[in-house]
Amino acid sequence: MGAVAVLELPKTPHPSDDKRWRLVDTTMRRLGNQQRGLIEALHTVQEAFGYLDVEALRYVASSLRVPLSRAYGVATFYHFFTLKPAGEHTCVVCMGTACYIKGALQLVSAMKQDLGVTPGQTTADGKVSLLTARCLGSCGLAPAVVYDHEVAGKVTPAALRDRLAKWNSHVS
Amino acid sequence: MASLVSHPDEIRVVTKRFGQGATDLDRYLALDGYQAIQKALAMTPDDIITLVKNSGLRGRGGAGFNTGMKWSFVPKQSAKPKYVLCNGDESEPGTCKDRLIFEHDPHSVIEGVMIAALAVGSHTGYIYIRGEYRYLSVIMQRALKDAYARGFLGKNIFGSGYDLDIYWHGGAGAYEVGEESALMESLEGKRGIPRIRPPFPAVVGLWGGPTVINNAETLASVPPIILGGPDWYANLGTPKNGGTRMFCLSGHLNRPGVYELPMGYNLKKMIYEVGGGIPGGRALKAVVPGGSSTPILLADEIDVAMDFDSLAKAGSMLGSGGVVVLDDTTCMVKFALRTIKFYQHESCGWCIPCREGTDWLKKTLTRFHAGAGMKKDIDNIYYLAENMLGKTFCPLGDAAAMPTMAFVKKFRKEFEDHLDGKPCPFEKAAEPVMV
Amino acid sequence: MADLTLTVDGKKLTAPAGTLLIEACKSVGIEVPSFCYYPNLSLQGACRMCLVKIEKMPKLQTACTTVISEGMVVATDSDEVRQARKSMVELLLGNHPLDCPVCDAGGECELQDMAFSYGAAESKFMEAKNHKDEQQWSPVVYFDRPRCILCYRCVRVCGEGMDVWALGVQNRGVSSVIAPNKQDHLECEECGMCIDICPVGALTSGAYRYKTRPWEMNHIGTTCTHCADGCKTTLGVRRSDTGMEIVRGDNRDKSGINNDFLCIKGRYAFDFAHSTERLTQPLIRKDGKLSPATWEEAFALAGKNFAEIRTAHGGEAIGVVGSSRTTNEENYLLSKFARMVLGTNNVDHHRTADFPALAAALRGKSGQTASMRDVLSAPAILLIGNNPTEQHPLLAWQIRSNVRLRRAKLYVVNSQPIKLRRQAAGFAQIPAGAEAHAVAFLAGDDAALDHLVHQSATRESLLALRDKLRAETGLVVAFSSEIRGADVARLVHSKFAGAKFIALADYANSRGAADMGLYPDLLPGYEPLTTDSRFAQEWGTLPTVPGLTVPAMAAAAKAGTLKALYVVGANPVARFGLDPFAFSGSFVVVQDMFLTETALMADIVLPAANAYEKSGTFTNTCGDLQLVKKAGEVAGVKSDFEMIVRIADAMGFEVRKLVPFGGGTHADMGQSRGAQSGEADRHSVWLEAHGLEPRMSPFDPVAIFDEIQRLVPSYHVSRLDLLAGNDQHTDIGEAGPGAAHDPNLIIPANDDLFSSGTLGRYSHTLNSVMENKNAPAPSEVGAD
Repeated sequence: MGAVAVLELPKTPHPSDDKRWRLVDTTMRRLGNQQRGLIEALHTVQEAFGYLDVEALRYVASSLRVPLSRAYGVATFYHFFTLKPAGEHTCVVCMGTACYIKGALQLVSAMKQDLGVTPGQTTADGKVSLLTARCLGSCGLAPAVVYDHEVAGKVTPAALRDRLAKWNSHVS
Repeated sequence: MASLVSHPDEIRVVTKRFGQGATDLDRYLALDGYQAIQKALAMTPDDIITLVKNSGLRGRGGAGFNTGMKWSFVPKQSAKPKYVLCNGDESEPGTCKDRLIFEHDPHSVIEGVMIAALAVGSHTGYIYIRGEYRYLSVIMQRALKDAYARGFLGKNIFGSGYDLDIYWHGGAGAYEVGEESALMESLEGKRGIPRIRPPFPAVVGLWGGPTVINNAETLASVPPIILGGPDWYANLGTPKNGGTRMFCLSGHLNRPGVYELPMGYNLKKMIYEVGGGIPGGRALKAVVPGGSSTPILLADEIDVAMDFDSLAKAGSMLGSGGVVVLDDTTCMVKFALRTIKFYQHESCGWCIPCREGTDWLKKTLTRFHAGAGMKKDIDNIYYLAENMLGKTFCPLGDAAAMPTMAFVKKFRKEFEDHLDGKPCPFEKAAEPVMV
Repeated sequence: MADLTLTVDGKKLTAPAGTLLIEACKSVGIEVPSFCYYPNLSLQGACRMCLVKIEKMPKLQTACTTVISEGMVVATDSDEVRQARKSMVELLLGNHPLDCPVCDAGGECELQDMAFSYGAAESKFMEAKNHKDEQQWSPVVYFDRPRCILCYRCVRVCGEGMDVWALGVQNRGVSSVIAPNKQDHLECEECGMCIDICPVGALTSGAYRYKTRPWEMNHIGTTCTHCADGCKTTLGVRRSDTGMEIVRGDNRDKSGINNDFLCIKGRYAFDFAHSTERLTQPLIRKDGKLSPATWEEAFALAGKNFAEIRTAHGGEAIGVVGSSRTTNEENYLLSKFARMVLGTNNVDHHRTADFPALAAALRGKSGQTASMRDVLSAPAILLIGNNPTEQHPLLAWQIRSNVRLRRAKLYVVNSQPIKLRRQAAGFAQIPAGAEAHAVAFLAGDDAALDHLVHQSATRESLLALRDKLRAETGLVVAFSSEIRGADVARLVHSKFAGAKFIALADYANSRGAADMGLYPDLLPGYEPLTTDSRFAQEWGTLPTVPGLTVPAMAAAAKAGTLKALYVVGANPVARFGLDPFAFSGSFVVVQDMFLTETALMADIVLPAANAYEKSGTFTNTCGDLQLVKKAGEVAGVKSDFEMIVRIADAMGFEVRKLVPFGGGTHADMGQSRGAQSGEADRHSVWLEAHGLEPRMSPFDPVAIFDEIQRLVPSYHVSRLDLLAGNDQHTDIGEAGPGAAHDPNLIIPANDDLFSSGTLGRYSHTLNSVMENKNAPAPSEVGAD
């Protein structure tokens, strides 16, 4: 490009090895890794993590080459975004093909049965938020669930209930 | 999917495919879908614009500007890409028409965007769907995908040699984004704050390129106009107010719902015949004729034609077609408070009069309605609104000020009934509040 | 552009097409009020204060966003307009805490002024005001949301002006709030411009808050004593028990070369002056220990010993080290004192750029050096090496502003991806240490390409870059200290049409120290040591054998041939990494503010005044000459100027020969009268211009400035303009020939935004900011 040697900044590393960042990457890539993808990327973060935290904002801002101050501005302008988790704990059930086949739906129904929440909802006592993700890329672990930030594999409704019980007895 | 209502007086232009499975592309094609764009491809851009201009189609978002005229402002030559935007950020309280179009007939919006793009020489369109309608974006995404799969979109559409891409874009919950320049900011991934104008979007819009931005209903009206011709469409309505309009009837009505009626339809008839009158035979108190930002009409002011010019003459506005009917059990102070709460919550905060004005209106009305109002508050409320009107950065301030002024002017007596610790006469349980 | 005619309040006025209505009004003295409008920042139209009535427009229009048109008829003072303004102020005051009595901005607050002008004296509101607790965003920035009127000036100056983007707007509606980028604290360059630009007391300075009221201070516009860019800083000074206290530095006086700009050092780092570790009485080594003494004792001892050593061993047994932070007058005086009184050419200083080489390369060619103002207006700029964002913050500001406002083209050649690359039209990342090769290449040597190809800098891109540079006319070339000796000449002789050059040095008066001849082989004005130099003619017989450099002095001291060392405001032990014990056999006199590594080994330590406590001139790295104004007297210290004179006197030298006082003209540079807020002393300016007032004192720097102007050709600038507080560009091409010098002795200071040599070590603010920086560099992101 002639005299103008543009410096390619290195790709921003994921804030953690959480597979959900890949979902965010997919959204950003679909929108050309440009600023116009900011709102959609934040939607994806919130769908996958339940809320937007500093790490996520920093990651998305840096990936899209948007000043962090602007990403904050956007995240707080629109009513849909929340910077705080809705529930004390989040439980993200992967609904990717592999997990779906291996019974992700049963996990979601177990949640509905036990806690009366459907995906996107938080229990009335504010304890647990249920979310679903399109594919966490942990297909070998199917069905996979992310408890707060910890990935659990081959989750059965019984194991899920165990964890919910633990959370409810304040042992986290 | 909401159940559909109907009335014999309806003329179905935009809503003709509702309830007929037109989200499916084949179904849409069977119902004259994508005929208009093919006709338009054989026309010159100027001819398309003239045709739309002559149809008398005026912006359905609320401002009522002649659509063809708006398109004609886009410069023919432009160094930067031109864009067509569909404003699907329908957020005006009382308005719920675009939602139905997206839900029942997404291709009609796509086709409208396509024709607008041809008319102004744009090769990129965006359909912006408000955050609250995120579930509708799934329908829109599928419709776009299907259109691409058939070669209706993308390179060389319909073998015409014309390239056209259309994308959907989701909002995230902000009324302000319905303002056209704020919508562009939002689409660019920024806070939904309006832009300074001039320059107008037709000259400097999205990413600095000339941009046409139209309401979803407006765009969905375009294909039938191309097919039916300007005279047919214009004659459906009244002079200078061509065609039909989706009216969203809500409030104290027996048959609330969205009805497509000719422009100029009598409001009284709309309430008592189309909407089925007021439940329990109660008396009509007032009507909001075109979404919450339009000044309220009293019961004796409703014998009026529902078109842009007649309502302006009556001291209100046709707005976005959201007709809210209030019966005599309604507390107008509470209604004013509810209206202001909305604008206070949705003010983007950019300019002083709107940011501070809506908040003080809310605070004052809250106290007032709770029974701690004082006589001077009534004038203060009016003073606040009056000093917002016409002085804010964008029309949101006016949208809050205009109805407020009308409430005080037309219902001063009711405000006075709330004074000095008196509980709200409409709510027996209301307790006086200590200041 | 063509002029348009319009009518405002019945007054006809003309202004160029494209002018904003608010500016057109201002040009004829009609003030249209505004909060959010700020020249050179993007338009907002947010505060609605500037609403005016324009005929044929249904609504009131904002004068800040309206471009004038022919025949426009405007009313700025109608009842409707006044009511609109009044209602805006009422709304702002509605949620404002009205805590003016304890607000730092009280007395200099634009909201106060507006309330006063538009009489929004009565509150219509009864409800509680929205409250939010005050936040501390950094050691130097506090934010008080209730006072904020959301004019977005801070957001814009930080983003558009500084390219830092640390401030943003969060939430919306009445909850909208200015917020820092790291949730509750700032990750930024701590320039404090958000505080200066804040029209109210929402953003306040951690260093100044609650210290005083604005009207209790004197305001002295002087030149910053830190980096070599020469910003004007306005010091707010109050009386204190030590004489005076500087309580604030800011940029309210925007008449300097820095316009709106000031960095953390100019704004806050005056506080070294009030360090408890400052020396306030002379120290004499007695029984191996430095002990307090009287000034008389100290001067007498220094004079006696210098005189004896000179008589016994000759001047070549005495070394002199000057400073890059003392004034031109002091440096000139020291240079003269060394040669004339001590009889030595052993004169040196800590060099941070190769000015003699630039003088030699440009010899006889005037108009080829760029001023700091030129950087703001040049059509194109080439930056080789250096990281101005850290080392030359004003230069970086000028470059950014020029690119942003005038679309100048910036070309950056650097071994690091420095922040200014974001503004660059061309950026070549070259290998570390390849700056000289880059110069050779730019000068036409294609063989040098082999040393440059690296990462993004391909052979093709480098060739294309050079072609582009050659096509530019009026290029300003700023180069780092890696470019020295023959490379300077090579760069200057490159085929860049009409190019002007800037050599980047590191300290406030590095350029002045060079210009004033603090070299062992050069006299003031880069004159060589010839028997018939103009200085020999003026000063009498001078030594002509080149003297010792600082390292050579240390070696000579070790060898026992250097018997005495006189250090004026320098710390050679630390800067040159000298063995302090090398001087244990020499008689050492050090003038300094602090007990530095060098002062610790001295026989006599004399407490010195700093640049904020004396008068004179500084020359910035571009060659812009500016006044240094005395902010006030501090007990227990003396200026270096006075101390040099006193030592000469104690040596039995006739002082009048050193400082030609007692005749001619005099303007006191604010020394005796105490200058007010950036203004020159008009009385003295008038007297000076008419050659009327006699100089009375041997401690008066102007007496020496007369001589400098007479003998250093590049300093032939307008004295009137200088004394009026304006910068005067000195052209190094008009100086003497330049001559032999050792390029290896150029040692970069390597200060960054938050360090400043010895001064930085004693600045509480700089230290606290540095301690607070635990995070990585500000986010690597620009914005459109």
